[in-house]
Amino acid sequence: MSAIKAKHQRLVLLVIALVALVGAGLLAAWALRNQAAYFYVPSDLVARPPEPGRAVRLGGMVEKGSIRRAADGVTIDFVVGDGKARVPVRFTGITPDLFVEGSGVVAEGRMEGPTFVADNLLAKHDEKYVPREMKDMTASQAKQVVAETK
Amino acid sequence: MHGFANPARFLRLARWLTPLLLVPGLVMALGALAWGFFVVPPDRLMGDTVRILFIHVPAAWLGMAGWSTIAISSVVELVWRHPLAGIAARAAAVPGAVFTAICLATGSIWARPTWGTWWVWDGRLTSFLVLLFLYFGYIALAGAAQRDAAAGSGASRVTAIFGLVGAINIPIINRSVVWWNSLHQPPSITMGKSAIDAAFLYPLLIGALGFSLVFGGVVLMRMRTLLADIQAEARLRRKAMA
Repeated sequence: MSAIKAKHQRLVLLVIALVALVGAGLLAAWALRNQAAYFYVPSDLVARPPEPGRAVRLGGMVEKGSIRRAADGVTIDFVVGDGKARVPVRFTGITPDLFVEGSGVVAEGRMEGPTFVADNLLAKHDEKYVPREMKDMTASQAKQVVAETK
Repeated sequence: MHGFANPARFLRLARWLTPLLLVPGLVMALGALAWGFFVVPPDRLMGDTVRILFIHVPAAWLGMAGWSTIAISSVVELVWRHPLAGIAARAAAVPGAVFTAICLATGSIWARPTWGTWWVWDGRLTSFLVLLFLYFGYIALAGAAQRDAAAGSGASRVTAIFGLVGAINIPIINRSVVWWNSLHQPPSITMGKSAIDAAFLYPLLIGALGFSLVFGGVVLMRMRTLLADIQAEARLRRKAMA
């Protein structure tokens, strides 16, 4: 056998091994698609409610105008939605800087009746990076600048 | 390609290519960092913490590029038995691991003020930590193989196979924020589109290019060192035989 033949044989073997490897990886990722999710979205919680008291994470958007601060100053109530379902959330404690209405949030806690009681709040950042000066522009100006960066 | 199978020829090229990559790379990387730290305006939500972007993103890119270098070199070593391929793969491991560690550390520091936590076990963060452990495994295995025998031997081939199998983690890291709900946000820069304002994007891209050139220069430097090690060892062996 010439050296060229051996080289081709190795190449074919390697391609077969790579296809098998990528296939196995994709199958594993596919099987993990529910288990590896970091949080449930509100429609998951509504469709398949966890047992009361079981610790789960709920992630979604803080609905605009839904944040209500209780009289004690540290307890807040708000609604997390994903466009299909909405879950009311209660949290007592200090919120992260990025926790604002209309932005993403992940709450760790449990369902108590219809309300999700959170022990911990994590703010989600979206993929957009926009300088602060733009906040001083009019809404239409800012929209135009954001559109230009897309 | 096989013209460089002769190490003397490769060394002649690498000798002048190394400073050609390192010097402009360092200038661009440090310039982009200074631009990002002192010139760029604060982000609308994150304020000044956005400046971590200019080190976090290039580090993430090079952590993944490092393993891609290992994987491609491993294919060349396994199929074409190119004598420099195994050396290139080994040379990329340590700088790749360093950038991966920088990415994890800066990401953690950034996560505390923005997300409200140092660390979470979501898909992106976990797969990137796995990348760091893969680097540790690869470096240990390559070190053992080097003591064991010269390049092209069975032990060196095992290292190459490990480099190839570990590459499956790269598309997983890339897709982790798309496949699974994660705390880490989805990609900001996708095929020709960017959700990053131009004020942040230009220093970021220049920094990424600069750090990449530095990475290339360091890999060449390490390849020259590894080749010198192999030569010195061969000379010692000949002396011992005589």
